[in-house]
Amino acid sequence: MARFFRNLKELYKYRVLIQNLVGRELKARYRGTVLGFLWSFFNPLLLMIVYTVVFGFIIRPRDPAFNQSPWLYALFLFCGILPWVWFSSSSLESANVLMIHGNLIKKILFPAEILPIVTVTSNFVHFSFGLPILLVFILIFGKGYTAYILLLPLVILVQYVFTLGFSLLIASLTVHFRDIKDILSNWLTFWFFATPIVYPMSFETIRSSSLLQTFLNLNPMTHIMQGYQNCLFFGSMLRWKRLGVTFLVALILFFIGSTVFDRLRDSFPEEV
Amino acid sequence: MYAIEVDHVSRIYQKYSARHRFQTFKSALVKGDLFRALRPDELVTALENISLNVEKGKTFGVIGENGSGKSTLLKVIAGIAKPTRGKVRTEGKVSALIELGAGFHPEISGRENIYINGIMLGLSKKEISAKFDEIVAFAELEDFIDAPVKTYSSGMYMRLGFAIAINVNPDILLIDEVLAVGDASFVPKCLDRIDDFRRRQKTILFVSHDLTTVAKICDDVAWLKGGRVQAVGEPKRIVDAYLQDVAEKQEKDFEKRRQEPARVKEEDRDRRENRWGKREIEISRVSLKSLEGKGKNVFSPDEAMVIEMDVAALSRQQDFVFGLGIFNSQGISCYGTNTNLEDYEPISIEGEGKVVCRIERLGLVNGTYYLDVAAHKKDGYPYDYHRNLYSFLVSSSWKDEGIARLLHRWEFSANIKINPPKKE
Repeated sequence: MARFFRNLKELYKYRVLIQNLVGRELKARYRGTVLGFLWSFFNPLLLMIVYTVVFGFIIRPRDPAFNQSPWLYALFLFCGILPWVWFSSSSLESANVLMIHGNLIKKILFPAEILPIVTVTSNFVHFSFGLPILLVFILIFGKGYTAYILLLPLVILVQYVFTLGFSLLIASLTVHFRDIKDILSNWLTFWFFATPIVYPMSFETIRSSSLLQTFLNLNPMTHIMQGYQNCLFFGSMLRWKRLGVTFLVALILFFIGSTVFDRLRDSFPEEV
Repeated sequence: MYAIEVDHVSRIYQKYSARHRFQTFKSALVKGDLFRALRPDELVTALENISLNVEKGKTFGVIGENGSGKSTLLKVIAGIAKPTRGKVRTEGKVSALIELGAGFHPEISGRENIYINGIMLGLSKKEISAKFDEIVAFAELEDFIDAPVKTYSSGMYMRLGFAIAINVNPDILLIDEVLAVGDASFVPKCLDRIDDFRRRQKTILFVSHDLTTVAKICDDVAWLKGGRVQAVGEPKRIVDAYLQDVAEKQEKDFEKRRQEPARVKEEDRDRRENRWGKREIEISRVSLKSLEGKGKNVFSPDEAMVIEMDVAALSRQQDFVFGLGIFNSQGISCYGTNTNLEDYEPISIEGEGKVVCRIERLGLVNGTYYLDVAAHKKDGYPYDYHRNLYSFLVSSSWKDEGIARLLHRWEFSANIKINPPKKE
């Protein structure tokens, strides 16, 4: 435990480096593209269009929450997909990040945790670029803004800690088991559909099955996504107890992730 | 007051076997031995019980063959690798030049890379801004600093890496072989900067295969062999001992190869590196000695060098020439001669014998040199040709350049006031 906090303190000293590496990551990602930073807006937009066409117009929304409106449904989707993309691309990229930057770990003295942290943070920046689009859409198609939108930073914090813990765990384990990458991409697809993103919790199939409800409630991402949907889409209060427990789970995951990472740290220079 | 204290340090590497490498997460989960799978199968000892102390302001050299643990020692001192046992204590800011430009991002500009690399090496943004122009000027990259690093040549890449690392201005500088790749004009510039460091009483740990430089710039040298300290002390003595050891090893290898039947297949002959000929006359042993007959591999330019060849003719031969050639590390022939060129007329050779060439005064400048020896016919048909199989080092406090140190004397008229060099 003491070691855990010592590592955190050490990381704080490297905040300028983290900041600069995130900046570099963002600059490098779109270098050579014509649209540059605009891709941070276009990527979620295009993704949303695909989902709107498929789930809004072809498979019509049946849930009464959407009033038979494909646009309202698209907005609901967007509230979930945007943060989900942050989570899933962070963990997928973290699976590779130690190998990609192997020469850094081998040749320069700096805490390797920085690499997954930078991955999660730069994906967070992309996420926050997508937020203005979402806010504009809420104004056009949704119910407009409510005061609950001010609680959004809390939900983001819970997701940040959760994503960080998961990414640290994945990053350190993948060094030893390279096939985690492949397992992970399949697992994330399953996880995506096991989280209320394309359907609301109020969906009749879910409401009628207590087994399904229990299953979904055990998934921490369920409560994080519901947090976003409550703040942005439904305009209702966060469910404090559930989100609180999720935050606790996120902290525990972060602790486990950091500890596993720390335990395996010495093996990285030889294995990456 | 020591700047670096290495106290009984061992470093054991965990090596995972081939079986482990192919082990997958899935199978580890299925078999339920996830934690066993994370344990190493084999341990490799890279450093064994090493103790070294480097005084503040000294330049300390580390030499040894590949795999002797030099780089591991450097990484342990830099803190990149942790010692398995023992302790390392360093006084002040440490900067390690292990790989130049490690951590450059190819897609972003040199300017941005200077900032990020500088921060990684422990500088603040303000410090980098202050030193920015100096870094760019030193790397000679004024015109390219805003181009992405991926467009740089490897020389530019290296120059930039060195320029940043040296400007970190550490109290202890660790250098690992990085100068080996520089071009002819950049290496002296780097050495100048290192000299500058020494003058400012900073501590340097210098790992290199370039024995000439080690002998020239280091105050003390440690020789590592198989992860242990074989000897520590005055550079020339240690370098000499090391070269003797290398020569002995080469001789043993040579001996082993000699036990094998000589391969005579035509196509084989050319492919055999470094030695060819059917050995009708064989050079079985070559040794370098001082005038007193003591084995020696480090010479000063004013010294004599004796080259002794043990030769053996299986059958009586009447056409034979003995020759030798000295090459410097750039492969330039510094001197070559043979008995035919000097008009010795061969009559006969049979059985074992000795050929000795006495060079009264070596007269070469500082550097590593390679020796060719050969026995061949007058028309060039080789009996036994040894190419670059032997090496020696010329080391002196003079920094003169070129190939040969010509015997010379300076004279000045009375109105020129100039101090003669201090005698060593």
